[in-house]
Amino acid sequence: MSVIDLVPYEEALASYDPVMGLEVHVELGTKTKMFCGCATVPGAEPNSQVCPTCLGLPGSLPVVNAIGVESAIRIGLALNCEIAEWCRFARKNYFYPDMPKNFQTSQYDEPIAFNGYLDVELEDGEVFRVEIERAHMEEDTGKSTHVGGATGRIHGAEYSLLDYNRAGIPLIEIVTKPIVGAGDRAPEVARAYVAELRELIRALGVSEARMDMGQMRCDVNLSLMPKGADKFGTRSETKNVNSLRSVERAARFEIQRHAAVLNEGGKIVQETRHFHEDNGTTTSGRIKEEAEDYRYFPEPDLVPVAPAREWVEQLRGELPELPRLRRQRLQSEWGISAVEMQSALNAGAIDLILATIDAGAPADQARKWWLGELARRANEDGVELAELPITPAQVARVSALVAEGKLTDKLARQVIEGVLAGEGEPDEVVAKRGLAVVSDDSALGDAIDAALAAQPDVADKIRSGKFAAAGALVGAVMKATRGQADAARVKELIFEKLGVTPE
Amino acid sequence: MADLIRCTAAETAAAIASGEVSAVEVAQAHLDRINAVDEKVHAFLHVDTDGALAAARSVDARRAAGEELGPLAGVPLALKDVFTTKGVPTTAGSKMLEGWRPPYDATLTRRLKEAGVVILGKTNMDEFAMGSSTENSAYGPTGNPWDLSRIPGGSGGGSAAALAAYEAPLAIGTDTGGSIRQPGAVTGTVGVKPTYGSVSRYGLIAFSSSLDQGGPCARTVLDAALLHEAIAGHDPMDSTSIDAPVPAVVAAARQADVKGMRVGVVKEFGGEGYQAGVMQRFHESVELLRSLGAEIVEISCPSFTYALPAYYLIAPSECSSNLARFDAMRYGLRVGDNGARSAEEVTALTREAGFGPEVKRRIMLGTYALSSGYYDAYYGSAQKVRTLITRDFDRAFGDVDVLISPTTPTTAFPIGERADDPMAMYLADLCTIPSNLAGNAAMSVPCGLAPEDNLPVGLQIIAPALADDRLYRVGAAVEAALNDKWGHPLLEEAPAL
Amino acid sequence: MPGITREEVAHLARLSRLELKSEELDHFAEQLNDIVDAVARVSEIAAEDVPPTSHPLPLTNVMRADEVRPSLSPDEVLAAAPAAEEQRFRVPQILGED
Ligand SMILES: [Mg+2]
Ligand SMILES: [Zn+2]
Repeated sequence: MSVIDLVPYEEALASYDPVMGLEVHVELGTKTKMFCGCATVPGAEPNSQVCPTCLGLPGSLPVVNAIGVESAIRIGLALNCEIAEWCRFARKNYFYPDMPKNFQTSQYDEPIAFNGYLDVELEDGEVFRVEIERAHMEEDTGKSTHVGGATGRIHGAEYSLLDYNRAGIPLIEIVTKPIVGAGDRAPEVARAYVAELRELIRALGVSEARMDMGQMRCDVNLSLMPKGADKFGTRSETKNVNSLRSVERAARFEIQRHAAVLNEGGKIVQETRHFHEDNGTTTSGRIKEEAEDYRYFPEPDLVPVAPAREWVEQLRGELPELPRLRRQRLQSEWGISAVEMQSALNAGAIDLILATIDAGAPADQARKWWLGELARRANEDGVELAELPITPAQVARVSALVAEGKLTDKLARQVIEGVLAGEGEPDEVVAKRGLAVVSDDSALGDAIDAALAAQPDVADKIRSGKFAAAGALVGAVMKATRGQADAARVKELIFEKLGVTPE
Repeated sequence: MADLIRCTAAETAAAIASGEVSAVEVAQAHLDRINAVDEKVHAFLHVDTDGALAAARSVDARRAAGEELGPLAGVPLALKDVFTTKGVPTTAGSKMLEGWRPPYDATLTRRLKEAGVVILGKTNMDEFAMGSSTENSAYGPTGNPWDLSRIPGGSGGGSAAALAAYEAPLAIGTDTGGSIRQPGAVTGTVGVKPTYGSVSRYGLIAFSSSLDQGGPCARTVLDAALLHEAIAGHDPMDSTSIDAPVPAVVAAARQADVKGMRVGVVKEFGGEGYQAGVMQRFHESVELLRSLGAEIVEISCPSFTYALPAYYLIAPSECSSNLARFDAMRYGLRVGDNGARSAEEVTALTREAGFGPEVKRRIMLGTYALSSGYYDAYYGSAQKVRTLITRDFDRAFGDVDVLISPTTPTTAFPIGERADDPMAMYLADLCTIPSNLAGNAAMSVPCGLAPEDNLPVGLQIIAPALADDRLYRVGAAVEAALNDKWGHPLLEEAPAL
Repeated sequence: MPGITREEVAHLARLSRLELKSEELDHFAEQLNDIVDAVARVSEIAAEDVPPTSHPLPLTNVMRADEVRPSLSPDEVLAAAPAAEEQRFRVPQILGED
């Protein structure tokens, strides 16, 4: 790897306009694979979800999964695409051991959806339109594990082990048209596009689109052209970028790298590159001696797909509210700012908050817990919010306990900690940890007597009408009961014992 | 029962159903015959003695239990080694799959088993069904029972030879460019390529997916019809399978009547390159049909002369992709894995060692036809020719009920004669290929011996897609009239083995 | 039509993963030339306005319900593997992109 002096970002953008192309692969959440009836359960033991078809055994044949086609159409419609009246699958021929037939069943010049757009919102509320070239159906490959050599990397490995459980899982590949005019916001646009696409895929319910699990993977194609030029430069293709943050960093790095090469009078090589999470750089992939020739041709084992217009219109009518519009609605319903809404989106909290509201919690409480305490925990643990071992129903129960006066905020945090630690439902944690607020008069009586005895001067002040002085006594009682007392009730009892009635 | 191995399938099934003979006796008689003659014929790559006897025992048990048996229960069959058979070796005639025991049955295999058909074993074939002589088998050639020094046709030479050698009354073939009909013609047996999509391809090791079609092989037209009905019908595992009722081919074979039918003679098939004796028998067949009450019309299908070149672009293109899966990673042969070589190198060494020259030639030809820069001129143009051929058929079938031609330009040629002359070999399929390109139905029935060499000649009958029954009507009528004329079936003139 | 050179045959062999021997390259070059010469005729009648046929029958929209069917057992899957380890196919080192 040659070391390169990157051009500072602002300087690069002063001389060049970036042009981006984003290719996103989404693994559908269908029950079965794209062309066979094998299950798609994640984490199954190796080669246990494999049949003659997805193993590419001689004689086997594919049959299209109807939900795969339906999902592709729904994604296409949500991306404002035209839906093909007639299209075919095509074989993309190349040899690779993780691909059982040594061709990928994909689509070539007849994609099921084409010519669309997705409006994405940047941090400051500016809306940027990303044009969509096409969305097409294809299948995933198996997984290889490299043995020997350094750290499971392919280079220097002695041999590889192949598991074909993933082979044949449906993929939708979504390709943008060249994204021009984003200027210095190109990396931000890339990130916002992928984030918005992820929300959309989730809203459609066609995939969980977990980037960390490879259910959604992004290739970032980038080139620069000198300001004022009208011809695109040579692009690099950074493959399989697997988080939103990485998408932004990869684009940013490539802008700086391209600028450095171009400034020195060098030429960009059209090549695939790999992004490194650890240091945010990209390195060159293998440069092939000869150009790939995929020899695409119509898949003779499958017949054309010709979605009836009535079906397409029915699917269009059933599309859920699209995420950006839903966010606008929720923002006004919740009465929060665009920035607050954006942070809820970035945290992946919107659906969790809604589910918590559905489970009975007030909106502000639901937001408070997910974006406060829980977001902090998720961040600390380096996991997505949805992965925390707590459900919206449990958060709603905690919120209810606080509203009923059975927990203070401070105690509620301890209950949540207990739930996250696997100690059970909120009520069980309250019981096991003995966290309930003490409002039982007799239990409080002794503590109040002790406080009055210890601070007779304060008691006198209260008797003389300085009711605000009661705070000191309440504090003492709370301390004595380790925070579990119901402060309001303590105050009432103090006034009762002293025989006063505050207005 | 007279001679168990010389009975037709229909007769055998009736004898088993009536209890006159047991399925086990029938199976044993055929296994004995195979033992006696197959060393000379080499029709079989694998004889499944235990499986066959077990299947026969089960038929006998079901009969004993009073179960009603299907029309082919207990009848032995020779299965082309291109259909998968669970646990039974399946090689497609290639070294690449030597010793492979598939973990699943082809739909056709399953249907045969469900019909109580007794599968005797797997028959020899050109490697991956690429060839017209069975010389391209990695396991050595098959001899034509009429003259063991001659080819039995191909790719399904083993299945046709097994019938002609009385090793089985029924056989299965696959027809991509004529691989059922041409072996049928040169061995004096009946072979049918059903309408594309009517017999499931699930479990058929693909050569050219848009052309491959499994079908029945038999010694009589009625037997072929019985087998046709057993194997045809919709299969949800094959996306190209037709979801419609199978034409009533058995009834048509029994009808055996051509009165009032319009029969078109394809003008383009004949003349230069056609053996005189073949044309003589063909012309006699035309006159025979006329005498049986058919109306004979000459039909021109001008684009048929482009069928052969189109076929030799489409079939290799599809095969170059279909055979890519043989890469030494998951099953089959692996050569040259010394721990230092890469997967890519091991794949290339294995394919070099595991494929024969014809397969390599076609893979490279197909790779060429699909590569960027050549696609439009070759693969693209070939698919357009396919459209033109279909239009010729449509026009013809607007006028006539069936078309006829010789099945092959010549009778069986000597083994080795065309082995390294691919273009000469390809001519064997000249008349059969148009139906594969268009997907319609076609049959070859014996129509006599060529006077110059006393070898069988086949008459090809072609019907529109989904009108397979017409083949059987015409074929059975020709068969009955000729058997009458000769006083016996043609095959009885074959020399004893 | 241009002839197929030995180099082109070598390229086709690489694309199709065939480790051809030197004498095979010459032999195949000659035969492929003959064949290509003969089949190139298709372009004579393949006019612009003729649509291509990729499927012999005009079927469309053949699909299956998204319902799980039994898979093979891992033993059946791996039974024919030239090499296996940890219930996976063991294959020689993959020269890929990394
Ligand atoms: Mg793709
Ligand atoms: Zn499967």
